[in-house]
Formats: sequence, C-alpha cells, structure tokens
Amino acid sequence: MSMIDDKIPDALPRRRFDWEFFSCMPLAARIGLGIILLNVVMVFMAIFGLTPYGETEIFRDLGNWAPPSAEHWLGSDQIGRDMLSRIIYGAATTIGIALSATLLSFTMGILMGFTAAVMGGLADNVLSRIVDALMAIPTLILALVVISVLGTEIYILVLVIAVLDSTRVFRLSRAIAMDVAVMEFVEAARLRGEGLWWIMRREILPNTIMPLIAEFGLRFSFAFLFIAALSFLGLGVQPPHADWGGMVRENSQVISYGIAAPLYPAAAIALLTIGVNLVVDYILARQNRSAAAAFEEQEL
Amino acid sequence: MLNLLLRRLALGVMTLWVVSVIIFAGTEILPGDVATAILGQTATPENTAAIRAQLGLNEPPHERYISWLGGFLQGDLGMSLTSRRPVADQIGFRLENTLLLAAVAAMIAVPLAICLGLVAAIRQGTVFDRGISVSTLLAISLPEFFIGYILIFFVAVHLGWLPSMSNVNARMDLWDKLPLLILPALTLTLVSVAHMMRMTRAAVISVMNSPYIEMAELKGIRNWRIVVQHALPNVLSPIINIVILNLAYLVVGVVVVEVVFTYPGMGQYMVDSVSKRDVPVVQACGLIFATVYVGLNMTADILSILANPRLRHPK
Repeated sequence: MSMIDDKIPDALPRRRFDWEFFSCMPLAARIGLGIILLNVVMVFMAIFGLTPYGETEIFRDLGNWAPPSAEHWLGSDQIGRDMLSRIIYGAATTIGIALSATLLSFTMGILMGFTAAVMGGLADNVLSRIVDALMAIPTLILALVVISVLGTEIYILVLVIAVLDSTRVFRLSRAIAMDVAVMEFVEAARLRGEGLWWIMRREILPNTIMPLIAEFGLRFSFAFLFIAALSFLGLGVQPPHADWGGMVRENSQVISYGIAAPLYPAAAIALLTIGVNLVVDYILARQNRSAAAAFEEQEL
Repeated sequence: MLNLLLRRLALGVMTLWVVSVIIFAGTEILPGDVATAILGQTATPENTAAIRAQLGLNEPPHERYISWLGGFLQGDLGMSLTSRRPVADQIGFRLENTLLLAAVAAMIAVPLAICLGLVAAIRQGTVFDRGISVSTLLAISLPEFFIGYILIFFVAVHLGWLPSMSNVNARMDLWDKLPLLILPALTLTLVSVAHMMRMTRAAVISVMNSPYIEMAELKGIRNWRIVVQHALPNVLSPIINIVILNLAYLVVGVVVVEVVFTYPGMGQYMVDSVSKRDVPVVQACGLIFATVYVGLNMTADILSILANPRLRHPK
C-alpha cells in the first residue's frame, strides 16, 4: 500500500538550481559571465556611491583630457572630471535604462505573443499585422521620428525602445508558443475550462522558458546598444548625467588629436555586449544539445 | 511566376503606404504637441497658435496626411522650420552623399563577404570557421561608433594615412571625395561583412549537403568546380537575398557612421533635425529612409523569385 503511494510522483518535481549549468561552462562563457558580473559590481558601486570621485566633481588643477595617472586611472574628461568614476556612474544609467526597457518589452511581447498563439484567429491576425507594419521601418529611424516629437525624457526613451523591441519578442514568443499550444496538455487544459491567463502561465511559459532566457540576453544587448547609439547621437540621456553613449559623444572631438578619451566608454559598451553574447551563445548551444539528446532518446 | 511577382509588388506598395501612415501618425497623433515641442521654453499661447497655423495643424489630421503625402509624391517635401527653406533643396546633396557612401561600402563588403563565405563553406571546420564565429560575435557586439573611432584613432591619427573627418562638399568631384569615403566605408564594411559571410556560408553548406552534389563528388569532380558550377546556381537566390538585406541594413547603419565622421549625409541631417525638433525634415528623412529600406526588401524578394530556377521554369 505504502509502496504504491511512494511511487506516485508529485505533480512535478520542483526545479532545483542547475549547478551543471555553471560547472560545464566553457572558457568563453566563463569570460562572458565574468564581464557581466564586473558590470553588476560597477552598477552597485554607482548606486552606493563607492566610486573614487564624484559624478560631476571637477578637478580644475587636473585640466581637460589629462592622461591616465595613479590618482586618475583613466585620466579626465572634457571638463576635467574623473573618467573612471564617470564610467562607473554611466554603467548604472545605461544598464538601468537598457534593463528596464528589456523587461518592459518582454512583458509586452510575451503577453501579446502568447495571446496570439493561444487565441489564434482574429486576435492573432490583428497583432501580427501591426507588428509586421512596425517592423517594416528600420528601428532607429522610427525611434528618431518619435523622439523628435516626444523629446528625450528617460521614461520616454525606455518606452520607445521597449515598444520597438517588443515586436521582436512578439515574433519569437508567438512562434515558440505556437509549437506548444497545439500539444495535448494545452488542449486538455482548455477542455478543463482553464482561462487564457492560467494556460499562458502554467502550460506555455514553463515549456518555453529556456529559449526566452536566451532571447532576453539578445534583446538586452540590442536595447543596450540602442540606448548607447541614441545617446551618442545626442538624443538619449542628457548631460550632466554620466552615460556611456553620451560620454563617447562629449569626448569625441579630441580623437583627431590622438587622445583616446572617447574610446574608454565605447570600449565599456563593446565589452558588456560581448560578455552578454558569449553567455547567450552558451545557453543556445546547451539548448540545441539537449534538444538533440531528446530527439535521440525518442529515436531509440 | 508573373502572378507571384505582381503580388509581391502590390504588397510592397501596400507596405509603403502603411509606413507613410505610421511615420505621419508618429509625429501627429502621439501625445506630444508639435507646436509646443518646437517652441520649447519660449512657448506662449499666441506664438503656439501662430506656429499651429503656419504648420496647418488646425486642419483635421486626415486632410493634412493627404496633402503631405500628395506633396511628397510630387517631390515637395515641405518647408524646414529652422532654415525656412524647402526640405527638397537641402536633401538632394545629402541623399546623394549617403547613397554614395553606402555604394562604396557595398562595393567593398559584398564581394569580400561572398568570397570569404564560399571559402569558409569549402573549408568547413577549419580555423576559418572559428574565425567566422569570432568575427560575427564582434560584429554584433561592437557599436558602429566604437569601430569608427578605433579606425580614426589608429589609421587616421597615429598612422596619418587618411583624414579623420569626411567633410565633403558639393564642389568636390568623385576623385576628391573617395579618400574621404574610405574610413566610413570601411567601418560599414566591418559591421556588415561578418553577417553576410556567415549567411552565405550557411546557404552554400545547405546546398552542398544535397544528393546531387554528393553525386558530383562521387564522379570525382573537383571541389572548386562543384561549388562554382553545380552549387552556385542554386545558391544564387539566397545569396542575392542576403546581399540586398544587408544593403538595406547599410542604408540605416549609415546614420551613426555619418555622425562619427561628420559626413554631410541624410543621417546626420536627420539627427540634427531631431535635436532641433524640425518635424517636417524628420518626417521627410524618415520616409525616405523607410522607402529605401522597404524598396530594397522588396527588390530582394523579387530578385530571388527571378533567380530561383524552380520558379523560373515551373512544371
């Protein structure tokens, strides 16, 4: 009696923390993870004010574009502020904007994508056509058009990036949810009379989570490069806030005199994107491997 | 096939129309008011009303849209608010510059990417493959301005080979412009080549895995001949597609690169106008960029229909 009871599994084994994910990491992905951690540390340093100098603290005796020195590791910027401290503060601004835009675009994109996949029919058609139309225009161009009217407030930048980016999330989440939505267990839930929200959360989401995580990384690096580009064009975060794209812009004119100042914030942007992409590549490769393994198991 | 082509053309025109609606709506229906946006801090009820009248904002939106689009089709792009001159006069020279830059970049990038992609497909699994994945990673990770400034820093400033600013003007002829174009074109090439190369490689490999290629191999035909004579005709249509999609990307990637090299093209003009809130110019530039983009996408589809042997000779 008790033996039989023991063998009945709980509804689903709780997903434990996947240590294998970290222990099997190849060198490239470890480097990527290291870069991401470094950036996280910088963000917290900026939030708690643990930088060597202040965000807008000007060193008159140092002058503009001072070369790197023991006190100022990366020298000074165009009005004599400490470059390293500005880069650390910039991390919080740039990453903060990119992260909130990505979170928002994911929420919108996944909700719309899952709705389209589960409901099908008219809802799917309308949503898909709207997304098609938005995707027919290059993202940067559409963003410029909208910003020319709405201005460059930070919440507007987040909203614009999130809406434009959610079209990509919509496409992906709709496509993966379509594969899941035709499975028997979704049909069963539907016949049980579960609502749309319940089906999306309990049936579709758990089965699509890995590709969505990889997509989150890609979308983040897109949003991050996008806000950096907007700020670089002077249409993103406005001074005196430190922000990586804006710092490249502010310091750009001295590059013709052989001063590397604009290259530091630009390198910071490049480094984080590389880190995120290295980790995303690893997640995707892992996923392909487990998909291939599942396929082989089925064959046997 | 004609049917297919006509349908694609109709879809293209339809897309263009929707795009024009979105761009118009983006500046007109969104909660921001154009008149107060232009005036900024100096807005008073009187001058806001004057600007509204000047822009014709008091008419209903659909009438304004029709007259805007109608003017656009006849080459009247409206008046710039800041310079108070017709936008069309100012855009001509810049559009020419942008297309020239994109063309030079394409002339370097396309042959390079196709050759490298073919070599990579033939020498699969060698150091070449690793090179491709690393360079693709860099191409999607590095912002255009980073590559641009690195080139300026090392090639223009430290080596002194080329000028660091590309400020061409209308009096220069093509030969004077070319040296100024090399660095921006190289930046665009570096950004786009990896992607094109990778897609070419994937297209060639997928054809190379088909049975008729195996047959050719078993007959003992040389590797190069298999690729060029047997695989290429079938790969042509995906490659054309890849190339044109990347050209479409170049036309937009040009915006940031123009600002980096202070090159007087459409992209720089549009960015300037956005910061000055010069809405008619932004609308015009936006519509032109979007038209080129949509047009290239449509061309890609049409050419790949034409280049596809199976569609050209239907059974």
